[in-house]
Amino acid sequence: MGTPNWGGAGGGAGAIHKGDILLSVENVSLRFGGVKAITDVSFDIRKGEIRAIIGPNGAGKTSMLNVINGFYNPQEGRITFKGATRNRMRPSVAASQGIARTFQNVALFKGMSTLDNIMTGRTLKMHRGFFWQVLRHGPAFREEIEHRKFVEEIIDFLEIEAIRKTPVGRLPYGLQKRVELGRALAMEPELLLLDEPMAGMNLEEKEDMCRFILDVNNQFGTTIALIEHDIGVVMDLSDRIVVLEYGRKIADGVPDEVKNDSKVIDAYLGVAH
Amino acid sequence: MFYREAGQFKTNYADDMAIFPILQDKIGVAVIIAAAFVGVPLLGGSFFINAVMIPFLVFALAAIGLNLLTGYTGLLSLGNAGFMGVGAFACYKLTTVFPQVNIIVWLLVSGFFSAGVGVIFGLPSLRIKGFYLAVTTLAAQFFLQWCFVRIPWLTNHNISGAIEVPTRTLFGIAITGPNAAPEVRYLVVLSVVALLTLVAAHLVHGRVGRMWMAVRDMDIAAELMGIRLLPTKLLAFAVSSFYAGVAGALMVFLYLGSAEPDAFSINLSFLILFMVIIGGLGSLIGSFMGAAFIFILPIVLRYLPQSLGFSVGAATIEHLNYMIIGALIIAFLIVEPHGLARLWQTAKQKLRTWPFPY
Amino acid sequence: MEILYNIFLDPFVQMAGAPDLLVQTLWEGLVSGVLYALIALGFVLIFKASGVFNFAQGIMVVFAALTLVGLFEIGVPALLALVLTVGVMYLLAVGVERVMLRPLVNQPDIILFMATFGLTYFLIGLGELVFGGNPKSMITQELYLPTGSVDIEMLGGFVSLQKLDIAAALIASIMVAGLAVFFQKTRIGRALRAVADSHKAALSVGISLNQIWVIVWFTAGVVALTTGIMWGARSDVSFALQIVGLKALPVLILGGFTSVPGAIVGGLIIGIGEKLGEFYWGPLVGGGIESWLAYFIALVFLLFRPQGLFGDKIIERI
Repeated sequence: MGTPNWGGAGGGAGAIHKGDILLSVENVSLRFGGVKAITDVSFDIRKGEIRAIIGPNGAGKTSMLNVINGFYNPQEGRITFKGATRNRMRPSVAASQGIARTFQNVALFKGMSTLDNIMTGRTLKMHRGFFWQVLRHGPAFREEIEHRKFVEEIIDFLEIEAIRKTPVGRLPYGLQKRVELGRALAMEPELLLLDEPMAGMNLEEKEDMCRFILDVNNQFGTTIALIEHDIGVVMDLSDRIVVLEYGRKIADGVPDEVKNDSKVIDAYLGVAH
Repeated sequence: MFYREAGQFKTNYADDMAIFPILQDKIGVAVIIAAAFVGVPLLGGSFFINAVMIPFLVFALAAIGLNLLTGYTGLLSLGNAGFMGVGAFACYKLTTVFPQVNIIVWLLVSGFFSAGVGVIFGLPSLRIKGFYLAVTTLAAQFFLQWCFVRIPWLTNHNISGAIEVPTRTLFGIAITGPNAAPEVRYLVVLSVVALLTLVAAHLVHGRVGRMWMAVRDMDIAAELMGIRLLPTKLLAFAVSSFYAGVAGALMVFLYLGSAEPDAFSINLSFLILFMVIIGGLGSLIGSFMGAAFIFILPIVLRYLPQSLGFSVGAATIEHLNYMIIGALIIAFLIVEPHGLARLWQTAKQKLRTWPFPY
Repeated sequence: MEILYNIFLDPFVQMAGAPDLLVQTLWEGLVSGVLYALIALGFVLIFKASGVFNFAQGIMVVFAALTLVGLFEIGVPALLALVLTVGVMYLLAVGVERVMLRPLVNQPDIILFMATFGLTYFLIGLGELVFGGNPKSMITQELYLPTGSVDIEMLGGFVSLQKLDIAAALIASIMVAGLAVFFQKTRIGRALRAVADSHKAALSVGISLNQIWVIVWFTAGVVALTTGIMWGARSDVSFALQIVGLKALPVLILGGFTSVPGAIVGGLIIGIGEKLGEFYWGPLVGGGIESWLAYFIALVFLLFRPQGLFGDKIIERI
């Protein structure tokens, strides 16, 4: 296994280089019965960038992430990831193609330890079959140790060594968010979706989380799409920003453009009539 | 003070990932295994072996099977007795059709038959969750029991509708049938249970166990990590039913000696579910503790008044038994809802810090 | 070919050939459906108000009937025995609330579910200890319930209706109507619905959970007593009846755990489906399919509507 390659599948013919389009969303619409969650939204995410999706509550941000990793299937529109276009897929397929995510309300496996949670992120990378698992000794155990080493590196990186054997249900909220990030990193994703990674955190925890996000992006070149309500954080972290309101895209661009866009200002501050 | 892991440093991951990483646990388990294999056959009387130890081990195995499904994967099943019956009848058919093959082989192979049946009844778990799934397993329970009664081929057209275990030998020693000595049957049961417990421990400590627990704790997140839900759930059904099948075969061949379809009634399913929950969901050791609690407690209650010199009618004792077990279940859940296994952990924690609990 | 004919055509030919038999079967199904619905109703009441999946409901039916008959057998006049039994069910409700629900508040559902298993065992033991384990016959006449049957000439034959069954259907309807009014129109009913929606919110506006639980368990106990009298009059009063209690599960699955109309419709579907299946398709496989058909009907429904007949479509959110 050697050194971790958290940027995902590098090299190979047709590899996507930094700055190329990694994922593009074209004219996507999503409805639940009569409720329109997303209407005709298009944007793209480039390899290696931090892309923020912002907007008021109920703007369809989380739904957008759910569409990207296959949990919801949009009624209209196309999604192209690494050059392959699809409109329906299972979440487990999205995972195997290299899309990982964290959740708005922490979705950890509460009964398992930190270590086991992050090890679960390695599931797709482990290949020893059922009968080796029954035997445990031998190949399955060697595989387990290899992946344990990888996971320990993530644990070091996120500075959560002290809680590796603690059941995550007992951890405070800030640490749970960190473990969840670790679990997503264990998948060695090409595209990491973060749904409000800093919600409900105090200033210090936010600063830590920002540091981790930037490090993941800088050191390993992982592409990140994140939803966040703290506009200060978003402006500092992200390369480009998409703004949604009532399921429609109202702005798209670098932080400075978005900051001065009149529609965005209206959406956040209200329109004077 | 006596149970102290301080100073036991691990210098490689293999040691840290052992099933019993702590020295005292290793010694304890070794002592228990030695006592079970040597002490019990030498010292336990034939009543103790026959009426206490053998059924206790059989039920513990069935409880482990159900625990893999309900405790580890979070799928409630009320059809365990049906799957046990499949194992028992499969073993009976196999050994009467192919008597030349050793019975031990058939005891284990019969598990695969119930695993197959388990997978079929696990298919609805794709769409159905929680208590709703319990109803599909009830369908399995009642349907299978109906099959045992209505398909005479299963009992080789025995007029009584029951199966009677033929005598089968290993190295010339009878291990099933009326002539088998209790000690021999006990050792066979113990070996099978020990082997399958080890396999279960391997599974739950590895990738498969993590996938099961991930599905149990948060199935949506599990799916987004690339775990495909249906195959994972079906694997749990298969393994769980395998254990149930082997336990059922052991129950008939090495404990009861003969069985009517009634032996695999819904009550047995409930009994095993009790064992799992009282023992602790998601704990293998708990399955043994639960089996001991639910199975051995009534025996004690039955003989306690006699040994204390009271004479109480048998029926009265039976009724009191029900009441006491019911009350104990409630009391127990109030005191420790996470089962005996959690109680055991708490006790270990106390020992760890004793005599200075801070 | 013959198999296909036997499965898909022959039963319908039989139905058309002897419509009076069909009506008779439907009626039998309807009556047992009403009784399943009553057991399910007890489940639903308790589930709605306390979130407890009360496995003991089936046993409460037997326990109530046994208490009634047992009291009569030791010389208490029938009507007084009825009143006393209602009192016993009230004591049971108070006991359950004090000893079981109060200490277990806020525990996960599965724990409470298990506790009701414990209650089941306890009630079985208690009932048999006090009143003996032998099957008893219900005191139908002493309670002024009608006996005998009415034969109606129709469709070229006779359909025979037990008067008792008619009474059972009537009493069940009155009871359901009464409960509906109670739930919708009274202060306590409104409190019950509030508790069903959210325990915490109900507490915060000053509703006493403990009081609500006693009321609900008592109501479920009275429903159980009614069911017990009706069912006991059709067969014997014994703990073998608990297997009937399990039939309430597929009924609940069909109707949804929280829907009173669901429990009734589900009960009727299961009751009628089971009798039709047994009568027309049972002989093909040697009979006795009544023991599992109900569960399969529920299973098939679930595959198409995992949320039950009256449940809302489940939209998973993350």
